Amino acid sequence: MALVEKSTLHDGGFRMSEATAGDFIALLKPRVMSLVVFTAFVGLMAAPVSINPFIAVVAILAIAIGAGASGALNMWYDADIDAVMTRTAKRPVPSGRVLPGEALGFGVILSILSVLTLGVLVNWVSAALLAFTIFFYAVVYTIWLKRWTPQNIVIGGAAGAFPPIVGWAAATGSITLESVILFLIIFLWTPPHFWALALFKSEDYSRAGVPMMPNVAGAASTRRQIFAYTLLTAPVGVLPWLLGYTSVAYGVVAIALGLGFIWYAWKVLLMPDSDRTMKPAKAMFGYSLLYLFGIFAAYLADSIVERLLAMPGV
Amino acid sequence: MTEPEMVTLTESQRKARRSRSIAIGLGLALLVVIFYVATIIKFGPAILDRTF
Repeated sequence: MALVEKSTLHDGGFRMSEATAGDFIALLKPRVMSLVVFTAFVGLMAAPVSINPFIAVVAILAIAIGAGASGALNMWYDADIDAVMTRTAKRPVPSGRVLPGEALGFGVILSILSVLTLGVLVNWVSAALLAFTIFFYAVVYTIWLKRWTPQNIVIGGAAGAFPPIVGWAAATGSITLESVILFLIIFLWTPPHFWALALFKSEDYSRAGVPMMPNVAGAASTRRQIFAYTLLTAPVGVLPWLLGYTSVAYGVVAIALGLGFIWYAWKVLLMPDSDRTMKPAKAMFGYSLLYLFGIFAAYLADSIVERLLAMPGV
Repeated sequence: MTEPEMVTLTESQRKARRSRSIAIGLGLALLVVIFYVATIIKFGPAILDRTF
């Protein structure tokens, strides 16, 4: 039984929630969260400072919850366009399992909780960066840029690129060039990744009225821009080795992954307008995920080996 | 204030509320453990220093 006020009960729009805990977990965008956790962990491990393992786990958990909270705020605001896109129609808010107000409250509370936990238990530099990341994704990208400009994911991509900087700041309490390079890799990788998706999902975005690059500038221009951003991303991926932050092993992996990325972008560039299956774009999208994972996994492995070699007696 | 009224929840609403309650309980318990352990780690051995 539940106690409610009569006026609220008979107010038309009222209904008791049927949202389960699983629906609220879905609001956190677990797949996006896993990438955030991974890149933040690499930032934390790459930092030249030792941090207590428990505090490190708390830092990663807080960053993950903060990222999830911004996902919930995104789903609250974007419920109307999510409902008309096949890829997102089954999300908890457009499908009616979670009420918009519940998603908003959930996102706001988790945002505050994650930032305060990071600040109190780790440090306030990383907490401030996490707060800025949430604000950037929820307000600057979701509310402002996404429905306004085809550069939405270029500028908004910064939100997804911040986690390694937050992880690094959690360990060191500062921002350095090395962490900024990790940021740049994700920042420059975002446009080719999302535009490859937008090419074969352009009808979805068109129906939702979201001005993605293929819908505004056309497929040919998008293909050229994908190639241009890939040409920028590949060398930046190699920068950590060129600047002496990593060993040559990382450099070799980054060069190989970068050449693969350029190869897939080249195939997209050559893709004719008449190609309805858009296999090159789909392959590019898949490879882009592999590229980012590969680059950060190599960076992580390099950091771990460096730490092991620096241990006394090794 | 209007007169309060009791509402009988459907089976799915009751199940959903129970699942949310368990999740909130686990979340709060985890938060307590995290703050407890982190406090000890941050204070270190000084937490046992009772001299003023």
